[in-house]
Amino acid sequence: MKHLRFLLPLGLFIGLVFFLAVGLKLDPKEVPSPLINKASPNFSLTKLEDNNKIIRRDDLLGKVWMLNVWASWCVACRQEHPLLLEFSKQKMLPIYGLDYKDERIAGLKWLSNFGNPYDSSLFDQDGRVGIDWGVYGVPETFIMDKQGIVRFKHIGPLTPDVIRTRIEPLVRQLNA
Amino acid sequence: MLKFAFTLCLALLAIFTHAKEALPASEDPALEARMLSITSELRCLVCQNQTIADSHAGLAIDLRDQVRSMLKSGQSNEQILNYMTARYGDFILYRPPLKNSTFVLWMGPLILLLTGFGVLVFVLRRRNRMPAENFEPEEMEFTEDPDSSTRTF
Repeated sequence: MKHLRFLLPLGLFIGLVFFLAVGLKLDPKEVPSPLINKASPNFSLTKLEDNNKIIRRDDLLGKVWMLNVWASWCVACRQEHPLLLEFSKQKMLPIYGLDYKDERIAGLKWLSNFGNPYDSSLFDQDGRVGIDWGVYGVPETFIMDKQGIVRFKHIGPLTPDVIRTRIEPLVRQLNA
Repeated sequence: MLKFAFTLCLALLAIFTHAKEALPASEDPALEARMLSITSELRCLVCQNQTIADSHAGLAIDLRDQVRSMLKSGQSNEQILNYMTARYGDFILYRPPLKNSTFVLWMGPLILLLTGFGVLVFVLRRRNRMPAENFEPEEMEFTEDPDSSTRTF
């Protein structure tokens, strides 16, 4: 055993490399949401497209639905948008937008320019509902189950991989 | 002459202007101080190395307003911190609470210190048991090394 002691620094080095490699893979921007598996926050907001119509949290109970936080000033949302449009054509689940800290006209114009994947968009002008949902990096995407429990959150632009490997299986499972 | 009168009039207009002190950020300095002491404990999630008190990010400004209005409505510091962690998780706290998931974070340094101390004690005790000649200065090896003559320096 004694003659193997010279391997000890190598072993320590490999251990160190392992921890550093894991550290590289972690993204400090992805903060785990405390909302997962908790009841979704309450809200009552006007529709972006009609300031007389109000949508409340409880209106959406009973179906699996997606909330996508976006804004006309958000560059990464533009990047994500074609993918979301494509996904919305599948009609897999209702997609609601949360137009976060935006102007109504700018938001509407953005949707008419780039296409509207949303069943409807909630208009959160002062960002208070965004705070309740713990939004800090637009775009963000949440999925709620039929009981209104938050089951999934993605921070940053959606990717085809996230939709295929996380969202689609989850929605199928929640709808089963 | 006309020019002079005009200049005089302009100069006299200055009577009606006066400099004011910069307005405080809030009407209530005590509330503002409490707000700053709370938000300097909170991490700004948009720019992660700043506190919410320091940051100019839009979200940080909103959250400072939120803290102000919660303080105005008489909520305690603890209630406000609970409000923040319910939305953004423990990550928002610069001083995370001690629980199972943060045990290594809090106790890791202590464990490392104790391990180091244990190793030190072990080594010292082993040395204590060694015969004294182990501690005689060794003769310089390379002077006896037969290969040393072949070295090129």
